[in-house]
Amino acid sequence: MQKIIKIIILFIFLFVIGIFYISLTRDTNYNTSSLINKETPEFKIISFDNSNFYTRDDIKKNNYTLINFWASWCAPCKIEHPILMKLSQKKNLMLLGINFKDKEPQAKTFLSELGNPYDLLAKDKNGKHSVKFGIYGIPESILINKELMIIQKFVGPLSVDDYNNIIKIIE
Amino acid sequence: MLSNLGNILLFLNVILSLSIIYTANRNLKISGGVDKNIFQLSLIQSTSIIICFFVLIAAFIVSDFSLITVYQNSHSLKPLFYKIAGTWGNHEGSLLLWAIILSIFSFLFLVYNKNHPKKFRLLTLIIQNILILGFLFFILFNSNPFSKISPIPSEGLGLNPILQDPALAIHPPLLYVGFVGASIYFSAAIASLITNYSEKSFSLSIKNWVLISWCFQTLGILVGSIWAYYELGWGGFWFWDPVENASLLPWFAMTALFHSLIVFEKRNLFYFWVIILCLITFTLSVTGTFLVRSGILNSVHTFASDPTRGIYILIFLSLMIFGSIFLLFKKYKKENYDLNRNSKETFILVNNWFMMFYLITVLLGTIYPIFTDALTDNKISVGPPFYNAIIFPVVVVFLLFMALGPKAKWIKNKFENIRTYILILTGAIGLNLAIIFFFKSYSLLSNFIIISALFLIISSLMDIAKALKKNKLDFARIISHTSFGFLVLFIGLNDIFSLEKDYNIKLGETKKFENYSIQLQNLDLKNYKNYQAVIGKLEIKNINSNQTNILNPEIRIYDKPKTLTYEAAIKTSLIKDYYLTMSNIDRSDYYNIKFQKKPLMAWIWISVIMIVVGGSIRLFSNAKNN
Amino acid sequence: MKLNLLLLLFIFFSKFSFATEKTVDPNLIHKNLRCLVCQGQSISDSNSDFAQTIKLVVKDLIDEGKTEDEIYEFMSDKYGDWIVFKPQFNTQNSLLWILPYIVLIFGGFLIYSLLKKRQ
Repeated sequence: MQKIIKIIILFIFLFVIGIFYISLTRDTNYNTSSLINKETPEFKIISFDNSNFYTRDDIKKNNYTLINFWASWCAPCKIEHPILMKLSQKKNLMLLGINFKDKEPQAKTFLSELGNPYDLLAKDKNGKHSVKFGIYGIPESILINKELMIIQKFVGPLSVDDYNNIIKIIE
Repeated sequence: MLSNLGNILLFLNVILSLSIIYTANRNLKISGGVDKNIFQLSLIQSTSIIICFFVLIAAFIVSDFSLITVYQNSHSLKPLFYKIAGTWGNHEGSLLLWAIILSIFSFLFLVYNKNHPKKFRLLTLIIQNILILGFLFFILFNSNPFSKISPIPSEGLGLNPILQDPALAIHPPLLYVGFVGASIYFSAAIASLITNYSEKSFSLSIKNWVLISWCFQTLGILVGSIWAYYELGWGGFWFWDPVENASLLPWFAMTALFHSLIVFEKRNLFYFWVIILCLITFTLSVTGTFLVRSGILNSVHTFASDPTRGIYILIFLSLMIFGSIFLLFKKYKKENYDLNRNSKETFILVNNWFMMFYLITVLLGTIYPIFTDALTDNKISVGPPFYNAIIFPVVVVFLLFMALGPKAKWIKNKFENIRTYILILTGAIGLNLAIIFFFKSYSLLSNFIIISALFLIISSLMDIAKALKKNKLDFARIISHTSFGFLVLFIGLNDIFSLEKDYNIKLGETKKFENYSIQLQNLDLKNYKNYQAVIGKLEIKNINSNQTNILNPEIRIYDKPKTLTYEAAIKTSLIKDYYLTMSNIDRSDYYNIKFQKKPLMAWIWISVIMIVVGGSIRLFSNAKNN
Repeated sequence: MKLNLLLLLFIFFSKFSFATEKTVDPNLIHKNLRCLVCQGQSISDSNSDFAQTIKLVVKDLIDEGKTEDEIYEFMSDKYGDWIVFKPQFNTQNSLLWILPYIVLIFGGFLIYSLLKKRQ
């Protein structure tokens, strides 16, 4: 009996030290991968020009949709913009831009200066819609397929690597 | 130059530690007293490590940016006091503080324990010096505060305003005397096992060291909480943050330890349990250091992370743990106890039982996320809801035991006046109902906690009355236990009767709630030496009493480095604190204000201080009797 | 032995006192959600943009009639378990919630074994 207790104690400590060691070599940064492979949530977002609403039905029509949260006051959004312009040329991919907590004049200026890559443009004035998509900072982009499944989440500005990954997926 | 001097002193210390180990080992085998040389070597060791630390302080004072540590953590514009405090406010510098305390305690233990077996004293010294060597190697090969940078930068990086605070300056030294000081009874425990020094006199050798480390640990935790309350702006003082927990874990072990020492000293029981507690305390200290500095935990307080540090500390920790386990397995002898259900010994065991429960709960909550992340790649958070839910119900019962335990007699106790206890309980329930009647009612659990705390307080006060008559007063215990009761009572009342309101407010607007009104009357912009401040003038009016208070929270804009801090406006009185923070809302001319009314805050701090006062009284009476 | 039983009963009893909250307090929920863009702060303590947005969403959810636990579930669904400070009671975390009390009971048995057996 004593022997068993000793072995158990030894094992517990070895286990704990082992876990500590493994954790040292891991990356402990947080990412919102929790929504990946889940279905896109229901949403109803007003379009930028207040003319109508966009819902999941607008996404169902396309093979792939990239939802991009952006704002004129967000510097990294300017940096990723050229990549969005390149993506807008892909016929397979629809771009839904959601203007996040922004003022209309500034947003319009942003698009007229840098170009408008979005097939559909909506706005989220108070940011509440972004929470449905698990957004916690901008820019953030979400890649969705025809079955409304979330394939990828891109936190931060889209990089060239992200661009290549997207191309690979949609083709 | 300073860098070279510092490195030389570090190397000197390594040589001294090795010499001490060697000489002590040789002296073990010879008869006679402890060799005078060993005393001298120990003294020189302590002296040289202190000089080494002063060298580092000097480097900070003169802003010698050729040292990486000074460059990263200081700035020529920093006030002198904070330049000095900055020495130990960073990873490398704080390790030197570790080394100092390890060395000083090593020397003092040797000097103050002349009445104990020579082999025991020498082995304690040897083990302690092995620990010192371990830390010196860590400093020299991984985290050297004297490492140089070239070319020499013209200015430093370290001007973070949040770190420039008096409480934060003394917080590390206090804590280190606490949980680093625990190293000495870790070493003593190992020495005791090896030399089979299991008589009750062993407790006399470590008793005061346990008390000293416990007092300082409590003070260190208190100062940290006070700082969090005044500086962090959320109005709380304990967040169950991993770094806070790391300081609490050794505290539970220390508390259990000095209670068990009472039994060991009086009745020569629980020897192996005392040893285990000695080993656990310092092990938890090193574990805490590992968790905080390795980067595997996410917290407000963490030092910048570096995995090589983690590996080094983990190796050190593993050697400590497996060495201790191996020795314990070898030396463990089953002791047979035949305790009476109703006896002081059993009550102290109950104290230890509850302390271990708190310890395991906090330890589990702190490291569980590490396990789930490593095993299932899922990050979870364990925060206040967990700890509060698990611990508070148990505290209720714990307080009752605290009231009954100290009065129990050794070996066999009989509770003479059950009627008195029933009376006290009734009084506590009555007081509780009075609070509910005059103020507001609260949750069931809170009722139990208040009643329990009152039970402890009332029975302790009656103890004082009785003991004054007989002229037999155990001040230390009564003060500490009563203050603990008050601490729980005040924390409970503070939690129940705190008021918190969150508003977005514009200049000139007034918000009304319950019997208060708040108006943002003015916004001022002031320029200071290294920051600009937006100072709000808010008037809090108590509509019933027509009393008004003006609070001035600030938004501070620093430019080296570019940071924004929010200074809370706190108006303290003995009855309550008014607490107000103001922050700007991006792209809007509304300001967000958080107003809190926090009753009895000052009493919470006072209670903790009184707990330490009790411990200090015991310490001084021990020293006098020796 | 009786003490252990009493302790258990008491703990279970007090757990129910938590479940009798009728109206959902937004401040309580804010305290229990983590600000993801801050260092260790809760939504309640943070002034960040993200915290402001979450506060609005929580208000909407409360108005929709969601309970406290439903709101936490919504948040962990979108952001992962890391955003909630109260670990969910699922298979992965059950050990966390149960182990402390197992230790408490085990300790009780340990002490009981050290006591004099009745004559």
